[in-house]
Amino acid sequence: MTTATAKPQKSRAGLAIFALLLIVALVLPFLIDGFQTFQLTQVMVLAIAIMGLNLLTGFSGQFSLGHGAFYAVGAYVVAYLLSNELLAYPLAILIAGLVCFVLGLAFGFPALKLDGIYLALATFSLAVAMPQILKLSLLDQWTGGVGGIVLSKPAAPAGLALDDDQWLYMVVLGFGLALFWLARNLLGGRTGRAFLAVKDNQLAAQAMGINVTRAKVMAFGYSAMMTGMAGGLSALVTQYVAPDSFTLFLSVNLLVGLVVGGVGWLPGALLGAVFIHYMPTLAEGVSQGLQGVVYGLVLIAIIYFAPRGLGALVRR
Amino acid sequence: MTLLKTLKGFAVAAALALPGAAMAQDTIKIGNTMPYSGPASAFGEIGNTMKAYFDKVNAEGGINGRKIEFLSYDDAFTPPRTVEQTRRLIERDKVHLLAGSFGSASNLAIHRYVNQKGIPHIFLGSTANTWNDPKNFPWTMGWQPNAHIEGKIYGEFLARHHPEKKIALLIQNDEYGRSFLGGIDEGLGDKTGNIIARATYEVTDPTIDTQVTNLHQSGAGVLINLSTPKFAAQAIRKVADLGWKPVHIIPTAAASVDQVLRPAGVEISQGILTAAYLKDPTDPRWTDDAGMNDFRAFMDQYHAAGNKGSVFAVIGYSWGQAVTHILTVAGDDLTPANIMKVATSLDNVPLPLLLPGLTLNNNPEDYAPIRSAQLTRFEGEAWVGYDPDK
Repeated sequence: MTTATAKPQKSRAGLAIFALLLIVALVLPFLIDGFQTFQLTQVMVLAIAIMGLNLLTGFSGQFSLGHGAFYAVGAYVVAYLLSNELLAYPLAILIAGLVCFVLGLAFGFPALKLDGIYLALATFSLAVAMPQILKLSLLDQWTGGVGGIVLSKPAAPAGLALDDDQWLYMVVLGFGLALFWLARNLLGGRTGRAFLAVKDNQLAAQAMGINVTRAKVMAFGYSAMMTGMAGGLSALVTQYVAPDSFTLFLSVNLLVGLVVGGVGWLPGALLGAVFIHYMPTLAEGVSQGLQGVVYGLVLIAIIYFAPRGLGALVRR
Repeated sequence: MTLLKTLKGFAVAAALALPGAAMAQDTIKIGNTMPYSGPASAFGEIGNTMKAYFDKVNAEGGINGRKIEFLSYDDAFTPPRTVEQTRRLIERDKVHLLAGSFGSASNLAIHRYVNQKGIPHIFLGSTANTWNDPKNFPWTMGWQPNAHIEGKIYGEFLARHHPEKKIALLIQNDEYGRSFLGGIDEGLGDKTGNIIARATYEVTDPTIDTQVTNLHQSGAGVLINLSTPKFAAQAIRKVADLGWKPVHIIPTAAASVDQVLRPAGVEISQGILTAAYLKDPTDPRWTDDAGMNDFRAFMDQYHAAGNKGSVFAVIGYSWGQAVTHILTVAGDDLTPANIMKVATSLDNVPLPLLLPGLTLNNNPEDYAPIRSAQLTRFEGEAWVGYDPDK
């Protein structure tokens, strides 16, 4: 069993590092300006989405090229609930998670029949279809059609000495930590061991009495839930949802983030998110017009020098 | 070690977002977002041409002694990127104004933010009807005649010159198709009863033959074809197949010779009407036009990589000129309020590549700078000016 390597670090050193990082994360928004806080908030949102994908791909061994679709659904659920003033935003995020959990389960069943690249293609179709589904005039009254939905930014609670950017950063950090904790517990327990067993060898897992169907479908559900909640948070951060925000590129980007950060290691999501968020801007800075080439070269370099992701370098 | 590396990661991340903190007083910073990459990258040519235009302005000494710094960032046509890049422009680069930011969804995404920040957000690349709302969004001002204005032009023309003809509408069933209807009704005035048939289609429909056949059977003598290029071409074909000879109007967004009229068939497209506001560089009317010759010379000198025949280059060039005019008039008072004041009180400002007779005109109650377009008719191989009174 490979459980030991993938199991979240539980040593005291690990805990100390986590505590230090947490302090840095809490203090950081007071040291940098609003725009940087906004960028870091976006990075955390992406990290949560990648963590969701990691649950599926890194731990249960199923591929998805379509997680952008769950992200989109989460964003639209939150946008719909908030623009119609049906719920407070923390609840709206939870509802988005719930909706995506159910959607994930629903997609998990047909996915059982598919393996490897075939599953990747099936999820790919989800990502391709999503922007067009969101544009359907049939759904206009909920989605706002091509024009999308504009949201207002959640204001910091009165009495707290935080501006809106800092508050949103804290909200996203809070959700991120809660979901990280959830994922860690999930993977550290029976469910996680079942996921890994299924990933390593389905037949053997079955022989040991693991319900393979259940493990695979649940992995899809949890994964979609996390990514959907990230999508919901992204709607808060951007204050706007539109079909063109959730193109195929989003799904591909999440996968890139996963691979760059390290498949099968939860904190890697943060590194992957930093990469997919800052790299395009950095590449544009190097050469506007050749940014795709620069991006590609850096990506190849990473895969060459850190084939198991940047996370593997950090852990060494 | 681990921690150090992680911290380093943060430092790098922070450093990436840092450049350009100090703001010199002898430059004017203009911010812009464009889809240089992604599915709509063809529009990036507008931004490239604007950049080239400001290079020309700087080479000629700048505006009131100040150099222009044109900061144009890629948003890949995705609204979240537009939000981030716009925040970068306003909060980091401290631009004086945003000009020519492209895309309806992209501009919607930043609409509220720029108005909260109070930064002029002018000449947007979008046909939506949303950009003329001075009460709620005093910092945002559009550019081209929006769909409402365009619809009104068609309505007025029909009420005056074809008051006896019944009208059929073919409507793309989305935001775009519907955005013309209010203007058409307004233009028709008391002749709205002339509309006797409407048919809608979905963008996902394979053909619109049934809709066009039904409209034909209504006995209408006018067809207003509110569709996008592919469907406009199909409708032109079907109208010809049916032997129908209506006064046929297509919107300017579907008026591409290459994408619509040629595929449909040049012979059967003769006499189709649309509304235009810019000179088309391929139109033979402008072969010896002074403004067009200046444009061609500019393209040769400052933007040789660009396409002189592209209407996108014409838009970028015109935006460059319009912004230059506003900043010249604003003089030494480059506060957002003054820039916006100048931008919203344009009084008959001529631009060489607007169609003859059109100028930039607006006032603080009504921001739309180009309020009219002219009817043009397809004759031979090109769009030709059309004066219905002659």
